[in-house]
Amino acid sequence: MIPSQPDRRGYFGSYGGRYVPDTVFPALDELDRAYRAARRDPAFRRELGDLLRATVGRPTPLTRVLRFPAGTGKAGARPSGGTVRRRRGESRMYLKREDLCHTGAHKINNTVGQVLLARRMGKRRVIAETGAGQHGVATATACALFGLKCTVYMGSDDVKRQAMNVYRMRLLGAEVVPVESGTRTLKDAINEAMRDWVTRVRDTYYCIGSAVGPHPYPLMVRDFQSVIGLEAKRQILKEEGRLPDLLVACVGGGSNAMGLFHPFLDTDVAMVGVEAGGRGPQPGRHGATLCHGRPGILHGALSYLLQDAKGQVLPTHSVSAGLDYPGVGPEHACLKDSGRVRYTSVPDDAALEAFHRMSELEGILPALESSHALAYALRACRRSPGRVLIVNLSGRGDKDLDIAGGRI
Amino acid sequence: MTLSEKWEELRSRNEAGLVAYLMAGHPTLDKSFEAIRTLAENGADFIEIGLPFSDPIADGPVIQEASNIGLANGADLDTVLGAARSMDGRVPLILMSYLNPLHRRGVNRSVRGLKAAGFAGLIIPDLPADEAGDWMAASRKAGLDLIFLAAPTSPPERLAKIAAASSGFVYCVSLTGTTGSRTAVAAGAEAFLRRMRGRTKKPLAVGFGVSTPEHVKRLSRVADGVIVGSRIVRAAAQGEDLAALVRSLKDATRRDAGPKVCGPRGGAR
Repeated sequence: MIPSQPDRRGYFGSYGGRYVPDTVFPALDELDRAYRAARRDPAFRRELGDLLRATVGRPTPLTRVLRFPAGTGKAGARPSGGTVRRRRGESRMYLKREDLCHTGAHKINNTVGQVLLARRMGKRRVIAETGAGQHGVATATACALFGLKCTVYMGSDDVKRQAMNVYRMRLLGAEVVPVESGTRTLKDAINEAMRDWVTRVRDTYYCIGSAVGPHPYPLMVRDFQSVIGLEAKRQILKEEGRLPDLLVACVGGGSNAMGLFHPFLDTDVAMVGVEAGGRGPQPGRHGATLCHGRPGILHGALSYLLQDAKGQVLPTHSVSAGLDYPGVGPEHACLKDSGRVRYTSVPDDAALEAFHRMSELEGILPALESSHALAYALRACRRSPGRVLIVNLSGRGDKDLDIAGGRI
Repeated sequence: MTLSEKWEELRSRNEAGLVAYLMAGHPTLDKSFEAIRTLAENGADFIEIGLPFSDPIADGPVIQEASNIGLANGADLDTVLGAARSMDGRVPLILMSYLNPLHRRGVNRSVRGLKAAGFAGLIIPDLPADEAGDWMAASRKAGLDLIFLAAPTSPPERLAKIAAASSGFVYCVSLTGTTGSRTAVAAGAEAFLRRMRGRTKKPLAVGFGVSTPEHVKRLSRVADGVIVGSRIVRAAAQGEDLAALVRSLKDATRRDAGPKVCGPRGGAR
């Protein structure tokens, strides 16, 4: 049995649920029924499997990296012990290469699944929110593939800092709507997408990009992303002949992390979710919801939330737009409370350092989101060497060149 | 005065109830609290006070903007409770708040605090009846009416469930969409109200997109109450004469003689 299934009302432990205006409540019921039926339907599974293989480019490789964890003595790269370690003490770090998915991030695993479902439900219009733009691009791509109309909401600050992805979405035929309200980032893009959904719920499918939102979204997005962990499990068994000691993934809303973690939950593999430490632990300067938040309700679910003493949602900051979010998926909240997964944070500068290190030492440009996981993994290798670990390289960093380039 | 006492009074006068909405702290703290009195003295039968929230997903641009201003001006649950305490209780007060600010304070503390300050009802737009067990129990115990929203998209069995859960009245959302003025009453609004009427004896108040006396007049024929929000908020923002506005809206709730409407009791059903 797969552990941590939500209950019938969509709760993982005490987190989740469906806290939405009643207008869309029936649409969630409809979606829940459609998803359950699709999941059991061999034709749907076959079509999804074909798409993942032929269009998304799965399975993605599991790449062992040697220079990134060890360092090479090159300027800027400091090996931890100072002396060459014995081979037995070496960490064996693998990257799950979601950056090699079509469109450059794990997001498309979910969007092909959801857009297939939208088509099956007879919806002709798809809406989505996006932070870094990766989910927007992935949704636009899936819609282009099936000839569905696509509208993407994106905070106007993110439109500026992720300009290339805005251009990509428009090339793919999607309408990109800049959102000027609130903090003008991912949170506000979701607000606006929900307002659109409330208005046009009858013909519109809302394709949520992370393991957040009202039930059944956290379950469904996690299921579609679980292909990451299922592949990684098979691949590491082939490479190492055993399960890894540690899994590391970044957590914004938490879909890439849930995708990697979920198939390992019933093993004794350790797992760490890495949040955006931003510029420091003070309110408004980070996006580390599980580290600093407390339970609250945002975007349709009860989960951890960055909020003030009066229950107002706090602004957030992260160098990576995809982690710049005050909420987190309810399943992560449950995994935190149960202690099954440990959550920590990495600040902007450490993520940027990992970005450069990975680029220089391995020839891989990681997304700034994934760079948070890489920075933690590097620290973990230095602190306790000799372990086998898998880091989810959830996306590629081409979209971040303007931000990271400022430091060269 | 409780909500049901007010409905009783309105029925005896053959009027629909005017539910007038305003946002706490907008355009300033003082002006918003002054506006409560102005609305009360000029014909509002119920006053719905919005608590500002950082993420008002059910609201359109006008109330979003007012919410931001209210927040910036420091309106919060405590200032709203303070304002309620200073009212004489003749016009029932209803709080409209998104769930999180109330959740943060706690179910029992919120509900008891509202009741003690003189609130008669509570509306939480992102709390569907399915998630409201604790809130319903606490409200019942405190004697506060917890009002749920019903939408035109709801299938029949869901409408019945919402009506059963709702106390004080059922808030019927006239359209699929966010709050905000529309030029005309939504096409399916009356049919929706009739469907709802077939499922409950509780008073029905209709809102979302209701802004002119003409809208109010038309909906007063099929609903027990009519909720006007964004139009009043816009008037407050632009310094319009609130008293004149609310009087014109209230006048439109007075039903002409002739075929009596299908009120919850004594209706022509």
